[in-house]
Amino acid sequence: MEKRRLIYLDNNSTTPCDPRVVDTMVPYFYEKHGNAASRSHQFGWEAEDAVDYAREQIAKLLNAEDKEIIFTSGATESNNLALKGVFEMYAKKGNHIITAETEHKAILDTCKHLEKAGAEITYLKVQEDGLVSLADLEAAIKPTTILVSLMWANNETGVIQPMQEIAKICEKHGVLFHSDATQAVGKIRTHPREVGVHLMSFTAHKMYGPKGVGAMYVSRKNPRVKVTAQMDGGGHERGMRSGTLNVPGIVGFGKAAEIAMNEMDQDAARLSKLRDRLQAELTKMEETKINGNVDSRMPHVTNISFKHVEGEGLMMTFNQNIAVSSGSACTSASLEPSYVLVGMGLGDDLAHSSIRFSLGRFTTDEDVDQAIELVRKGVNHMRELSPIWEMYQDGVDLTKIEWSAH
Amino acid sequence: MAYSEKVLEHFKNPRNVGTLNKDAKNVGTGLVGAPECGDVMRLQIEVDEETGMIRDAKFKTFGCGSAIASSSLATEWLKGKSLDEAATIDNMDIVEELALPPVKIHCSVLAEDAIKAAIEDYRQKNGIQVEIKETVTA
Repeated sequence: MEKRRLIYLDNNSTTPCDPRVVDTMVPYFYEKHGNAASRSHQFGWEAEDAVDYAREQIAKLLNAEDKEIIFTSGATESNNLALKGVFEMYAKKGNHIITAETEHKAILDTCKHLEKAGAEITYLKVQEDGLVSLADLEAAIKPTTILVSLMWANNETGVIQPMQEIAKICEKHGVLFHSDATQAVGKIRTHPREVGVHLMSFTAHKMYGPKGVGAMYVSRKNPRVKVTAQMDGGGHERGMRSGTLNVPGIVGFGKAAEIAMNEMDQDAARLSKLRDRLQAELTKMEETKINGNVDSRMPHVTNISFKHVEGEGLMMTFNQNIAVSSGSACTSASLEPSYVLVGMGLGDDLAHSSIRFSLGRFTTDEDVDQAIELVRKGVNHMRELSPIWEMYQDGVDLTKIEWSAH
Repeated sequence: MAYSEKVLEHFKNPRNVGTLNKDAKNVGTGLVGAPECGDVMRLQIEVDEETGMIRDAKFKTFGCGSAIASSSLATEWLKGKSLDEAATIDNMDIVEELALPPVKIHCSVLAEDAIKAAIEDYRQKNGIQVEIKETVTA
């Protein structure tokens, strides 16, 4: 068999760092190694200038002010800071936070933590297409509600929430709106002020920047939002996040934001065509299903269930050639399939049969051609091995069988 | 998580994939697991009625690589054994042979259950009573 390049279709997990980003970072490891908080010498000034510049680059991407950008170690930290920081800062106003069942664990586990600290959390169910119901959201708001936290785009399905409508409801009721925009920033337009988002978490490594650096947008006027710091120390980042700044990482983050601003539209146009072709070819196979709303979705993502085939086994047929991820976690620690898909009302069997394909800036036409060929081959092979595929073909009603659940 | 060489080998070249006639009197079928749990194993044995030995074994499995390898290995081991011998196959033998990590032990348990279910099906079809050795506690 010919040697193929390993094809990366898992860009929602992390993106490769753009070589242009890496180039801008290199000087800040040795020649310009200063601490941005050192006020007394050239090294410190140089580092501070570099951080200021990066902050501007990121602010421009969001159409925000530089002072509204707070650097953190990543989106998980930003999400923690937003939720815990608002909960503590606005304790006098109330203790109720609204989020959704299909949020990332960085939100859900932070909410669990806050529940122990006295918060009341509403976890909204989502509709079958992955969108939250605006009526449900509005009905959940009460006088003690201080924050609504809903992600911009979902990591597993790419589904984009109706941000503007959610923001309007929050504004109407005087509730702060935080969004985990990790999967959206740098890939689609995410202007928090224009939309009505007051706090927004995101990270460099999902937008072709380095790992280990993230940011939070915090609105400075109308409303002026404050969060209680979760990390005590030197009072960096306007007192909201102490800790020596990761200067090379931040420089790279800034460059990644600048590139995204210039290339986002063309990347999105190219990738949505590739994604649509991949999706169309794969769903030509019998018994497949696209998961999530296809009209409100990130341009580079598709999540497909291949019925009667288990996701992890399927991935094993092609993981020497293609890297993707599956909604099936087949380990004794968690036999649970993806809670995001199950939250959308997908049966556990279909959730176990799902694969997420997430394309990126470096995905080529040839990559997609090969993926189509290898995935089709894998699905056919696994169906030959699958007793439930055979039953389906023989016309057996699988819902009527008494399975021995274990 | 990386798979062991033996799991990969069985996964790439699964032995005895297929279907035996489940209505035949000398065929025993075991179907265990559930699609909701991400594992369904169907294991079948064909018994030589003269000798009482397992002449053929086939499987089909919906599941991860370890589940497929466990069932493939089970069919290899079943061939040529008597029913009593087959019933002694323990899931830990499969774990050891395939070097399954702790998170995949349930795959071997499922294979053992499938073997037992296939034997039971054959015995029921043929009216064979087995002396129950274990005492049932109330």
